Amino acid sequence: MEYIRTPKVENVHLLGRSKGQRKASVGTLYLSATHSMFIENNPETRKETWEAVNPLGEGRRDADLEKLGGEEFGDDGVERRTEVHEQDPRVLHSMVSSVERLPTTPAGCQLILRCKDFRIFQLLIQQEKDCFDVHTSLLRLSRPEKYSELYCLSFNPNINKEERQESWNFIDLMADYKRMGVPNNLWVASAANSDYRICETYPSELFIPKSATPTVILGSSRFRSRGRFPALSYFHHDTLAAVCRCSQPLSGFSGRCQEDELMLQAVMKSNPGSAYIYVVDTRPKLNAMANRAAGKGYENEDHYTNIKLHFIGIENIHVMRNSQQKMIDVGEMRSASMTDFLWGLENSGWLKHIKAILDAGVFIAKAVADEGVSVLVHCSDGWDRTAQACSVASVLLDPFYRTIKGMMALIERDWVSFGHKFSHRLHERSHSVWPQLWKDRADFTNPLYKAEQSQCQGVLRPNTTPYCFKMWKGLYNYVERSTPPYQSPADLLSAVREESQQLEEELTNHQERITVLTGKPIMWEKVVVKRRTPHVQQRHCGPDPTTTYTIPVTSPAQDHRSFVPANQNAKVKDPALSLPLGQTIQVKHLNTDDISISSDLESGVADLSSRSSSAGEECKDPETYVLDFTTG
Amino acid sequence: MEFSEHIKTANVEDVVLQQPLHPPSKGTLCITSHHLLFSDREERSGRQVLLLLRNIDAVEKSSVENLVNYFGLFPNAGRSDRATESSGTLVIKCKDLRVLQLEIPGMEQCLNIAQSIETLSCLDCVAEMYPFFYRPSNASLRDQWGLSTPERHYTEMEALHGRWRLSTVNQDYSVCPSYPPAVIVPKAIGDDALKKAAKFRQGGRFPVLCYYHRKNGTAAIEGSDKGYIIDTRSAQQAQQARMMGGGFESKSCYSGWKRLHRHMERGKTLQESLIKLVEACGDKSPNMDRWLSKLENSKWLSHVQTALSTAGLLAECVERDGRSVLVHGSEGTGSTLLISTLAQLIMDPSCRTLEGFLTLLEREFVQAGHPFQQRCSHSAFSHARLQQECPVFLLLLDCVWQLWYQFPLALGFSEALLLRLATEAYSSDYGTFLCNSDMERCALQVKGKTHCLFRVLLKPREREQYTNPLYEPNELAIWPSVHPQSLQLWRGFFLRWTQQTHHLELVQEDIRNMVIEWGKLALS
Repeated sequence: MEYIRTPKVENVHLLGRSKGQRKASVGTLYLSATHSMFIENNPETRKETWEAVNPLGEGRRDADLEKLGGEEFGDDGVERRTEVHEQDPRVLHSMVSSVERLPTTPAGCQLILRCKDFRIFQLLIQQEKDCFDVHTSLLRLSRPEKYSELYCLSFNPNINKEERQESWNFIDLMADYKRMGVPNNLWVASAANSDYRICETYPSELFIPKSATPTVILGSSRFRSRGRFPALSYFHHDTLAAVCRCSQPLSGFSGRCQEDELMLQAVMKSNPGSAYIYVVDTRPKLNAMANRAAGKGYENEDHYTNIKLHFIGIENIHVMRNSQQKMIDVGEMRSASMTDFLWGLENSGWLKHIKAILDAGVFIAKAVADEGVSVLVHCSDGWDRTAQACSVASVLLDPFYRTIKGMMALIERDWVSFGHKFSHRLHERSHSVWPQLWKDRADFTNPLYKAEQSQCQGVLRPNTTPYCFKMWKGLYNYVERSTPPYQSPADLLSAVREESQQLEEELTNHQERITVLTGKPIMWEKVVVKRRTPHVQQRHCGPDPTTTYTIPVTSPAQDHRSFVPANQNAKVKDPALSLPLGQTIQVKHLNTDDISISSDLESGVADLSSRSSSAGEECKDPETYVLDFTTG
Repeated sequence: MEFSEHIKTANVEDVVLQQPLHPPSKGTLCITSHHLLFSDREERSGRQVLLLLRNIDAVEKSSVENLVNYFGLFPNAGRSDRATESSGTLVIKCKDLRVLQLEIPGMEQCLNIAQSIETLSCLDCVAEMYPFFYRPSNASLRDQWGLSTPERHYTEMEALHGRWRLSTVNQDYSVCPSYPPAVIVPKAIGDDALKKAAKFRQGGRFPVLCYYHRKNGTAAIEGSDKGYIIDTRSAQQAQQARMMGGGFESKSCYSGWKRLHRHMERGKTLQESLIKLVEACGDKSPNMDRWLSKLENSKWLSHVQTALSTAGLLAECVERDGRSVLVHGSEGTGSTLLISTLAQLIMDPSCRTLEGFLTLLEREFVQAGHPFQQRCSHSAFSHARLQQECPVFLLLLDCVWQLWYQFPLALGFSEALLLRLATEAYSSDYGTFLCNSDMERCALQVKGKTHCLFRVLLKPREREQYTNPLYEPNELAIWPSVHPQSLQLWRGFFLRWTQQTHHLELVQEDIRNMVIEWGKLALS
């Protein structure tokens, strides 16, 4: 491939790794059209090589690559299990978020790869020229300029055409609408957008108020940014109230549009129980006002009858992105004091955003469930903050979205279908991720989830007091992720749950047989439990100090780990040993202009190379048992 | 009894009680010598709240007319029965961080109640405290008191006998008033030498053994070999102590010992940190920045971090370096005990069971002379001037919780145990945390006249809720991560009375039930 300046570099040192590796390893770096690969020289330790697997499993079906994993032995001879079951010594180019080349030192030239899932790889390449070539190649490879360069289009998991077609039907959005109770006498399917005629970023099949005529839809669409007119996101069967979504109106300072006003009227009329609707503008009010200068803005309450406008104040993607970078930096801080950490956390502003999104969801859910009032949600283009707010509201309102399949349907609906039309056109050449995830669902199941309880619990009402929000350590805490495998209650509980189910089945079988044989039903007595059978996998607790305590407060021991021999003496730690790793790392922001179309003053960049997922799942603890999937 | 002179109004009807996680209720309030008792008027509900007066940290009066509020809560309540009388509101803030509100009809009654609570909740006389009156039907005062003794501890540790001996030099508490009568010391050192060493140490607290590491035969606290001295004061503080006649071991006189200073906050600073944290947790503002900066400003998590990392250092010296370590601060009754306890939990699997942990606390805090009476006389809400209060024990429990959080399968006891201990240390039916030392307990015959908490916690029924259903014994050391990213606010305690924590408790219950269910099936 023309972008690869050098396909192979030998004698590369892999320094920092995300998962509890101690020694630097030496090996060969390969660049392929789709992946970077690091193969260790020492076949013994080869097993520990690059864990490039993202649990979403891109590429992991390739049978030709040796499956790695299994056991690993620490230098104390104690066996440890690696967490990832299926490993794949590669990093997908599209997973690379940034590549940074540090100034050349006598030891060589360092390259830092940061991934979109927040893993970091530090490579030491001896020849400056090689380093330069790898750097240049990766820069280009990690930023596709055309859709055709995307890896997902060349990914071929050995399944036939029918199976691939089938995979796209795995999540059936129409079935989910049906489950909600639409179409009905209030909401009807509309063909207005078939072939993406009116709005090319909307799905072709969508639901609109029964009283909205094609003229009204068309007019409303022309009056909305990117033609994104009000459409149904969620219908709440119990109260007949609905959550609808759209983009901002093109009102400027005084513009109005009769069809758009009629459209909002129609939304209201589709909820017989209420005399008004809420229009939730998820932006900070100032931002919404600023948009008026560009001929956009928000609904004028004097022009629209029976609407109540409510601003939530979720910041735009640019603010969020900066904030997230700061958050990542906080997660990576090593030898920081508690004060540094908490200041960093506050300064990042990340938790504030999470709270704002949750607040938006709570507002919508309350309006729909408690007041029975329909809500129309928008931000600027209506595909970032609107998607966040609508999704959170759906999870709060409907137990189905707290199951694995429900969560998939929710993402498919609020994010994929109301996002970009290209996903549909690419079906013929790529594969859907959902069937694969469903196959692996055992890995994502929350053992404490109780379907019955969640069903009858109805609406979730999370508390959004600031103390309820925490940093999502599983995602952002580099330090924690890099220490040896922690004890996982979730794994243990899953095992317990699974075995309980099996035992219960067996027991029922036995009981039935006994009943058949003796003609008497058997009751069991209360048994006092002592210990578990040994089958539940033994877990370990970091047989060596994962941290040394000799260097002030928090220890930078992990920074040195890669260079210190296994039997390192913690007392004699020469500061000179520390290479400028952790401290000097700075991430350059991606230049998003490549394939994106700038949207408006305030937000809305169709960002194909977007660096990460957005809505973090903070504050997961209180409701752990009502969600069917795990987060960490 | 003289308590009665402090009680002017013993009973009040039509009191409205508001407490966390419950709807308001109306009933009768009754004040006795040791308790505040509230009984719901609705007989069917049968709800009673029994609160030890000792648990009350502060009473705040507000004479504001709360009628609007009152009628808001009880729309059906007749206006007539409240028409003329004004009511007073008492906000009762407890040492377990619960906040109750009482609306008492009649200003005079309200003031009387407030006065009684204020007086009775801080009576100083230990012999008049509730543990001396508590007589549960299922226990006898002749039951064994305590879990172990220094003598038994020594007998059980056979590996020790070669180089260590049990000394009764402190039999009558004359050498060190805050030590137990028997202590474990190096075999080579005679009682006369101990007496001399005691004279040279503050409070007579000469070096004694607190932990002997079976794995490699090194000891925490005292060793005959050369080793480390961990001083829980900064080098500067140690220097300053020198001016006052205290100080540290000079290099020339103690050759071969390496001194390590780890500055741990103590006394007033720690108490103020607790006060600030609790204040932050009670802040209802929706502002995220404000919460995070208040949390930071309290410095509590920094203290947790320092304590855990100092304990880690101690454990590292013993476990990895195989050296003996002597730990001290100034008095050796606070941070010294804190870190030696934590280090033992890190290193020694036998301390991680329910019994093991309680025995450890008994040995390292109760017998070793942590002055519970002084340190825990007030908590975070009190308006009284700070004296000897200091939440060292609470800090220990927080650090243990951090271990529990980082190693959910490695500790045999549950978070509920830590919460129970955090409450009992400040106010209790039991005599375990009374007094400041073994000597004082002996003088007041605590062991003969009160019941022992640790014994009760091990009874089958209690035990069930205090064990960790996920526990799997593990011989390895558990090295906590002390990076700030890895430490958490102990929500179970500091936000104990919120709905969120309640959810988490339900989750714990679910886990327990799942494991029990599983066990039943596996056995059947």
